Amino acid sequence: MRIGTLKTSYGADEALFDSSVQRGLLVLLALGAVAFPFVASPYWLFLACLCAINVASATGLNLLTGYTGLVSLGQAAFMSVGAYAVAVLEIRLGTPFLLNLLIGAALAAVIGILVGIPSLRVKGLYLAIATIAASVILHFLFSHWSLTGEARGLSMPPASLFGYVIDQPFTLYWLIMPVTCLMVLGAANLLRTRIGRAFIAIRDRDISAEVLGIPLLRYKLTSFAISSFYAGLAGGLWAYFFRVVTPESFPLVNSIFYLAAIIVGGMGTILGGILGAVFMTLVPELLKFAANWLTPIYPDALAALAPVRTIVFGGLIVGFLIFEPRGLAEIWRRVRRFFHLWPFRT
Amino acid sequence: MSLARADMAARPILEVSGLSLAFGGLRALSDVSFTVPEEAITAVIGPNGAGKTSLFNTISGFYRPQAGSIIFAGENLQGVRAPQRAARGLARTFQNIALFRGMTVLDNIKLGRHAHMRTGVLDALLYWGRAQKEELELRAEIEERIIDFLEIQHIRDAAVGTLSYGLQKRVELARALAMRPRILMLDEPVAGMNREETEDMARFILDVKEEWGVTILMVEHDMGMVMDISDHVVVLNFGQVIASGTPREVQGNEAVIAAYLGSGDVGEIARRIKAEAA
Amino acid sequence: MDMLFLAEVALAGLGAGALYALTGVAFVLIYKATRVVNLAIGEILMLGGYAFLGFAAGLGLSPWIALPLAIAAGGVFGWVVERSLIRPMLGENPISVFMVTIGLGSILAGAVQLAWGADPLRLPEFLPGTPIFIGDAYLAPKVAFGFAAAAVVIGLFLALFRFSRGGVALKATAADQGAAYSVGIDVPRVFSIAWILACATAAGAGVLVGAIGGISPTMGVFGLSVLVVVIIGGLDSLAGALVGGLLIGLVEALAGTFLGGEFKLVVTFALLLVLLMVRPYGLFGTHEIERL
Repeated sequence: MRIGTLKTSYGADEALFDSSVQRGLLVLLALGAVAFPFVASPYWLFLACLCAINVASATGLNLLTGYTGLVSLGQAAFMSVGAYAVAVLEIRLGTPFLLNLLIGAALAAVIGILVGIPSLRVKGLYLAIATIAASVILHFLFSHWSLTGEARGLSMPPASLFGYVIDQPFTLYWLIMPVTCLMVLGAANLLRTRIGRAFIAIRDRDISAEVLGIPLLRYKLTSFAISSFYAGLAGGLWAYFFRVVTPESFPLVNSIFYLAAIIVGGMGTILGGILGAVFMTLVPELLKFAANWLTPIYPDALAALAPVRTIVFGGLIVGFLIFEPRGLAEIWRRVRRFFHLWPFRT
Repeated sequence: MSLARADMAARPILEVSGLSLAFGGLRALSDVSFTVPEEAITAVIGPNGAGKTSLFNTISGFYRPQAGSIIFAGENLQGVRAPQRAARGLARTFQNIALFRGMTVLDNIKLGRHAHMRTGVLDALLYWGRAQKEELELRAEIEERIIDFLEIQHIRDAAVGTLSYGLQKRVELARALAMRPRILMLDEPVAGMNREETEDMARFILDVKEEWGVTILMVEHDMGMVMDISDHVVVLNFGQVIASGTPREVQGNEAVIAAYLGSGDVGEIARRIKAEAA
Repeated sequence: MDMLFLAEVALAGLGAGALYALTGVAFVLIYKATRVVNLAIGEILMLGGYAFLGFAAGLGLSPWIALPLAIAAGGVFGWVVERSLIRPMLGENPISVFMVTIGLGSILAGAVQLAWGADPLRLPEFLPGTPIFIGDAYLAPKVAFGFAAAAVVIGLFLALFRFSRGGVALKATAADQGAAYSVGIDVPRVFSIAWILACATAAGAGVLVGAIGGISPTMGVFGLSVLVVVIIGGLDSLAGALVGGLLIGLVEALAGTFLGGEFKLVVTFALLLVLLMVRPYGLFGTHEIERL
């Protein structure tokens, strides 16, 4: 139970984690994340990396869609920009991987700005379709350009640091997890400054925001740039993780996946992006477990896995939107509120 | 000495001349001219549909007029876009409250300072150095100068959607004050308020003028309040200025009385104008 | 260039475009009445194709009985969707509502794959097979039939909106839901009817599309082209859907023939981007006036 919070400075009140309980939980979580690779099997490490990559990308999309209110169905395409850039740089130049990741992300940000330009004139679905159009054009470009290996795509060498090769789930975890944590922290920081406030203002009432001193186009493009920077970075991590990048690696359905992740997790909350991405990454795996488990009773279970995944994916989107529109983050808040008063329930 | 002071006070901070605005064939403003003297309260009144809010929206830079000029603090605002006008000190509130529902009261107020802050994307991502310093300074200033002043300490962390209408209007005023206004444009600051809330708001507006030295331009239907607190009154009807002057001058003006009698909202207002004039 | 060949390609394109237009009309109908962007339209079309297959091949009915049954099934499905998924979302932000339809599309694609398998299937032959020549240009009979059917249905719709009470109610609802309510129009009923008509239309279009090119669980991508059609025409314009449909059909046919199949999508989407920059609300769409 928590009784009131007493703060003695504005700084304490403006902190990201403002109670000792929160900070305690955070330390535990961090310790868990550090200990995890030493106890987990490669399979679980693989999943953890995949979750982290998806969290990074979903957090970026959340800034754009959840906070700025601009719907994008191009997040996967922006990821592909980062992934291809990293692959090309690694293959052609062999530059250090951190540099490659940053260049890939910056390139994605530039593409993001280009795609965002119509956002001043078009809104809602029209904008979403413009982002689909950009995805289609990028897909076409990557599958016809010799530099990106045309339809075959690219196979690339692993990242390496001072001759040490990062190619196992264990080592990749130490690359991917810290980068993702920094990205999430960055997003949370961004949201407590004037930039985050401008994003929310644009989402809630864009025209009033303009009269209050927020240049719309600049902030919409900033949001696109940051969001696609995050996507590009996530795509770069993805490339180092799988080491094969093809035009089919980032289909439109992946863009829908990220949108679904922030809906299921809770749009417009950082926690929502994290919870949603982890949840949506793990559900297909859970279904695989279920199918394996069911096979002795129902031999066709594995064959049914693919369509069932598609159905569950759609069902989660619909179900959350209708029954829990503020997502997993809201459920988490309810749980916390319960424990604030526990054991004295009112 | 006193003459010089009167001169100072009469120097206009905002000069609107020959302003015309039309939507298709509908003329919202035609040849509107008036001046707003510095450190005074100027009220724009007129029957519904007279063009008052259109006038505000044009001054804010949301509508582009077909003709005329707006000179603010000696600078012609033609071609200056809305966000830059806000940055130059044109702050305002809205007739239909325009608070951001996704933010707390405190964040809504902080948003007002946007144009005067320097934090860039990189500072913000790191929340280090400048970003942090700027945020904390802003927080302290808002707490000490605005939240205390407007007596809204108890709701600073509330979601704006949960507040009463009167409090929402007060938060809007707080946000406008955070904009470092040189001129504060209030669009119906007391519409829909009860007597007590109206009196509070009138007091705040007078205090803003006196303690902050901010010029006020307001649109208001509450004649009692307009007559009580304003130094100058501009009367609009059908998009045209039909009278202007001190409250007393305007009250006796035949055209003004006719405008109110001729419009829909006769009774109460006409009676009050006459009562005040008597 | 061989003019005859060009004419044949153009005819085939217009034939395909008529089906785009038909599905586009279904899309616009829902948008106009309910302001819902139905991204599941491609999957509902697919459902029509599979329903036809179920009635004709599964139950062994004559195709001419299976066709109206498939259309009716589409209508019933539309009614169920409107009542169960769309109505609870009334008043939610448009992003949420269109995500619901994306989710619905995913459920449908999965369900169809679960029931009929992932492989493409052919529908029983039922359309006339006599070759058709317009001048010297050959036109596949199925395509011609599709074009004719689409033209008739779209014509009926346009007449209906212009002259019937229901059409007026729909227009009123489209213009202002609250006002329509207050003059006694049963707005929820307009919503239901719009969904029923639109999904029935899409299902019918699905049978035609399936009869020409076969059906598969990935047939929903047809919806992507329809999306381009309605965006180009303007989301709330029936005439826009018609023009956009024919235009996109033509452009896809020309691009597919002269550049290669993989160019179809990229050319139409590039066209779309250019158009969005020039006319943000489509060729015939309404530009909403913004207020402070």
